[in-house]
Amino acid sequence: MASLRLDIVTPDRLVLSREVDYVGAPGLEGEFGVLPGHVPLLAALTTGRLFYKADGRTNWVFVSGGFAEVAGGKVTILAESAEEAQSIDFERAEKARKRAKERIDSHRAEIDLHRALQSLARADVRLSLRGR
Amino acid sequence: MASLKDVRLKIAGVRKTRQITKAMYMVASAKLRNAQQRIERFRPYADKFSEMLVSLRGTDGDAVHPLLAERPETAGVGIVVAASDRGLCGSFNAGIISAALRFARENTSAGRKVRFYCLGRKCCDAVRTRGGETALAVIGRMNAVDFALASEVGIVVMNDFLSGQVDEVHMFYGEFISLARQQPAGFRLLPAGGGTSESERAGAAEDFIYEPAAGTLLNELLPRYVKARVYRGLLDTAAGENAARMQAMDNATRNCDEMADALTLLFNKTRQAGITNELIDIVGGVEALNG
Repeated sequence: MASLRLDIVTPDRLVLSREVDYVGAPGLEGEFGVLPGHVPLLAALTTGRLFYKADGRTNWVFVSGGFAEVAGGKVTILAESAEEAQSIDFERAEKARKRAKERIDSHRAEIDLHRALQSLARADVRLSLRGR
Repeated sequence: MASLKDVRLKIAGVRKTRQITKAMYMVASAKLRNAQQRIERFRPYADKFSEMLVSLRGTDGDAVHPLLAERPETAGVGIVVAASDRGLCGSFNAGIISAALRFARENTSAGRKVRFYCLGRKCCDAVRTRGGETALAVIGRMNAVDFALASEVGIVVMNDFLSGQVDEVHMFYGEFISLARQQPAGFRLLPAGGGTSESERAGAAEDFIYEPAAGTLLNELLPRYVKARVYRGLLDTAAGENAARMQAMDNATRNCDEMADALTLLFNKTRQAGITNELIDIVGGVEALNG
């Protein structure tokens, strides 16, 4: 079976680079899956959970603000932030969630609601990966 | 001639200064290593990003994105200046600032309005004293640049560009070439077009599926591209600043060594002169008694 290489890159580092069997990514217009031999694809991702299957196991990765490029047996994810489930700082996510909630509930004019909602969404996704 | 005590004090002072410059040298070299690593780690992202952009632009030739569109008339120019928060790094900041100010003068004399976006205390001060219009001043964050900062700056600049406050945005920063060479550099940040050549376009002929459609995708991709370029400028400035500081502090340490040597010589001479004088007195006294 043809192989599939997954690279996840953020501005700060190369998060992940390995051979995988399957990638499921949170596309802007819905989740999509990539198997070896997929046609070339360029897709925008939403803040969400990406997973890949390798060695019979499913692994989860948090991604936010990203793009996926599938070409020539390679899947490249470019994201503003990306963390593997086991390296997520859940305490921080918990705090971020609380802060975002307070900001949204405060209804003050100087609060950037859009940003607060985004940060709430990020925290929720991160927390949903607890124990994965 | 200076008294023995004065010279001793001076030597002690110079040695203390030397300790400080030496310590600053070491701090700067540690920070430089850090900054270089960050540049290294950023490279795969940046490279991949331009690749994606090129492959996208090849397809969507006709619809020009607002961030790419050249404006027929340029009435306002935005200048992003990235310098450091702290001095003691030779002419590093002065070089960047003067390059930016020269560019600003050229534009004002051509009748364009200039807005500054200042990153780092040094250039905030410089622009303020010259009465330039500052749309954004970031102070105290150049010590540890991160993508969040680049992102903030990018958003402000893009908003001004899209709302028509400025028709072009240029960025000036300190390019890090090597440990011994840093130089002020500038590039046009917005409109973001013009970077791809025809040959690159031809190479991107692969048939991609776009999801969402290419135009929408460009909408998502371009703002990030702008942020990535700002980030690159910030990283270079951070590395350049520390390289420049290393050089400056190395020079200062060497000067301290030289000065301490010269003062030690003076100290020995002064001490010897004192001894000689006392000997002359004693010998003179003995001679007088004998006579």
